Amino acid sequence: MQNGSQTCENPEVLIIGGGPAGLAAAIAAYDRGCRKILLLEREPRLGGILQQCIHTGFGLQIFKDELSGPEYAQRYIDQLEQRGIAYQCDTMVLEISEQRLVTSVNPRLGLQRFQAGSVILAMGCRERSRGALGIPGTRSAGIYSAGTAQRFVNLEGYVPGKKIVILGSGDIGLIMARRMVFSGAEVLAVVEIMPFSSGLKRNVVQCLDDFGIPLLLSHTVTEIKGRGRLSAVVVSQVDERRRPIPGTEKEFDCDTLLLSVGLIPENELSRGAGVKLSVTTSGPLVDERMQTNVPGIFACGNVLHVHDLVDHVSEEAALAGEAAADYCRQPGLGLPEEFLLLEDGYGVRGTVPQRVAKQSLQGVLRLTFRPSQVFMNAAILLEADGVALQESRRRILTPGEMASISIRGKQLATLRDKKKLTIKIIES
Amino acid sequence: MYDVVIIGAGVIGCALARELSRWRLKLAVCEKNSDVADGASKANSAIVHSGHSNAPGSNMARFNLAGNLLYEQLCQELGVPLQRNGSLNIAFTDEEVGKLQQLMRDGEANGVSGMRIVGPDELRVMEPQLNAEVKAALFAPSSAITSPYELAVAMAENAAHNGAELILNCKVLKVEKREDSWTLFCSDRKLETQVLVNAAGLYADVFNNQVSAKKIKILPRKGQYWIVDKSYAGSFKHTIFQVPGSMGKGILLTPTVDGTILLGPTAEDQEDREDTSTSRESLEHIKTVAKRSWPALPEHALIGSFAGIRAHTKENDFIIGERQDAPGFFNAAGIESPGLSAAPAIAEELCKQIVSKLGAVKNNSFNPRRNPIPAFRHMSFAEKTAAIQRNPLFGRIVCRCEQITEAEIRASIRRPVGALTVDAVKRRTRAGMGRCQGGFCLPRVVDILSQELGLSPARITKDGSLSEILAGDRPDQPAMSSQCKTARRPAKTPRF
Repeated sequence: MQNGSQTCENPEVLIIGGGPAGLAAAIAAYDRGCRKILLLEREPRLGGILQQCIHTGFGLQIFKDELSGPEYAQRYIDQLEQRGIAYQCDTMVLEISEQRLVTSVNPRLGLQRFQAGSVILAMGCRERSRGALGIPGTRSAGIYSAGTAQRFVNLEGYVPGKKIVILGSGDIGLIMARRMVFSGAEVLAVVEIMPFSSGLKRNVVQCLDDFGIPLLLSHTVTEIKGRGRLSAVVVSQVDERRRPIPGTEKEFDCDTLLLSVGLIPENELSRGAGVKLSVTTSGPLVDERMQTNVPGIFACGNVLHVHDLVDHVSEEAALAGEAAADYCRQPGLGLPEEFLLLEDGYGVRGTVPQRVAKQSLQGVLRLTFRPSQVFMNAAILLEADGVALQESRRRILTPGEMASISIRGKQLATLRDKKKLTIKIIES
Repeated sequence: MYDVVIIGAGVIGCALARELSRWRLKLAVCEKNSDVADGASKANSAIVHSGHSNAPGSNMARFNLAGNLLYEQLCQELGVPLQRNGSLNIAFTDEEVGKLQQLMRDGEANGVSGMRIVGPDELRVMEPQLNAEVKAALFAPSSAITSPYELAVAMAENAAHNGAELILNCKVLKVEKREDSWTLFCSDRKLETQVLVNAAGLYADVFNNQVSAKKIKILPRKGQYWIVDKSYAGSFKHTIFQVPGSMGKGILLTPTVDGTILLGPTAEDQEDREDTSTSRESLEHIKTVAKRSWPALPEHALIGSFAGIRAHTKENDFIIGERQDAPGFFNAAGIESPGLSAAPAIAEELCKQIVSKLGAVKNNSFNPRRNPIPAFRHMSFAEKTAAIQRNPLFGRIVCRCEQITEAEIRASIRRPVGALTVDAVKRRTRAGMGRCQGGFCLPRVVDILSQELGLSPARITKDGSLSEILAGDRPDQPAMSSQCKTARRPAKTPRF
């Protein structure tokens, strides 16, 4: 059977999405002993968004090597193929039911339905659009999300513009600033509404500072001008409540505005399956094994919460893959009855998982979250039912980088009779 | 020599072209833009009004009522969505309740049927999300919603199918009277016609004033809108108006046939006829006013905003018919709301006058039917399977938010009034209209357009000339568009 159009009737584990999360989940499920696995990918090839991320910096943690996106993806694709795990490319999932009946479509294989033992959601995320920001002005050509521009340049071979302003200092925006310079374009500025960059520090240094591209913090684009093609944007300074300050307007003549203003987990399919979502992460609410509220449906990667590093995605996805494989063998283990609830405290946003089964309070429990602002020399404090459990110091915490804290052995065991664990930041 | 040339392929020009194609006439529509419905017809509230808000005795009242009644058959024949969702004009105070009664009397004078005042208890049932402080509302069951650009495309396609010619990217610079014909000097050609119809929307005064001593003046009036994501579909069933003011029907809230909800429009007079930019103040104003109707308005679900420009006149009425001092020159001018509602009736009336003037005979091969592009997302499991067997490209989703397939996108380009731009594909298929606003499908749509039109991707535009999507090849990959150097428009050009 040709690669990319294998099939598997009634798969035990069905994975939706062949990016880094889906690949790692499939491999982990296999290594856990599951042999009936099927992975569905909507693009003509595996690898997800990594295929257009041709810059390096991937895999430093997992492979101790500085890989490009396609190289990182290929290491997992190779592992997938060595194991003979079935996958279909060019295949879009249209619907997932609560009973894990999955409907997909493919030009050659047509409309298919799979009754899966367990389902792993690994659909990734999408970029926020101009519309969602409500930037006023004209609807001219030349306004693209940074990822769309990245696809044009890296995969299609076209430059979207010559004089560029970038709104938002998320990682894709920073990477694209450098990429556009490499493509012969002039990048006038990266504009960020917050008083800090929402990207990795290393990207600010390597993509902006090294190329002399100004980063305008506490600024935003307040108007878009140009008929036909974009001709200018107006940039204004904002106050501490992020409202534009009149009189601070500066006009930048440019033909392109790239938006890197946030990523949104793509959960339309999850919703259809009855999966409950977190208002903070916009991803499913999961337990420590990445299981959603719907038994047998698991989630990992950027569909669950937006990550900073792909290495973290792969690690998280492996947990989901193992859990999904276990579920098929013993569906009875599906939904534990008693949970410890996790709560975001001061300075903490989007802790994952949101609950932990009491029966699993052993070994190591790793919690991840985003700091809500920049903290210097602060501490992460865990409180169980209001009583301090553990404190861990950090030199710097920033929203651009995911923070994590682990609880081990004996301390975990003490949580069995607790109801709620709160994670908060203590400023020194 | 043409029998009839229509200036403007908006909803009026397209409706009239279709009506006239019932007759044996040599007929053309000249459009300055790269697509039909590219002006006010694409950016309005998409409502087929009941007709109670027009001054009794006006052209607006007459054509709105008649047009509304024609919509069922029109949309059925052309495969265009229409939902009789009914409208509610809501009143918060006793004074406003009084205005509702006046509105109902006007409506009755205009011939609108089925209206009644509903009280708060019934309103709660009809619209649970409506502000609980609403005291009463005027319910007009004949109000409907449609897709204005889909309708215009469908009418243009059907007109083309029946022999009409559509000339896109053709700007009429000047019209001149000959002995008993008209000459049109266009950007790239000259046309002669016996009858000239002015359906030029915002530029209708330009052409009228070139030929008639009875001058008109178009006063551009901008309206801005917000779009609410279709995850909130079903929040409102009816079109909700607040009590109207002097500048139009006020900020309304209406479901669309696509499941989104529109909030707007503002009414802002301006000099510029092309400036469809939105402004922070107006977009904030819409939110504030819309919250009076819908207190739980989900601001995070606003996926986009846009503006359209109404061709307002100080007469505040449609100017319809032959100019006495310019025989053979027919106006459809001052078309603002309820222009969409009135379009089928205006077309019928002008067609009657033109046919009688020219003594035209029936086109016996006229076929009123047009099959829309089959929409994969609306098919059953069995229909989807069959569609993919017939054409495997139904199995490839290009726009994932709206589930639009490659088959639909290619069809939208290959059909008679085929799409030439990214926005034209969007209007025909909804690709790019969903919550990611084209972030995912844009590169793919550009690629498909480039293949179908035989143009380099670097020459594909968003919405006509000067709106190129790309700035060119990547410098380290010089070969790409040079491979397309022989690029030419395909044999099937916008002319047919």
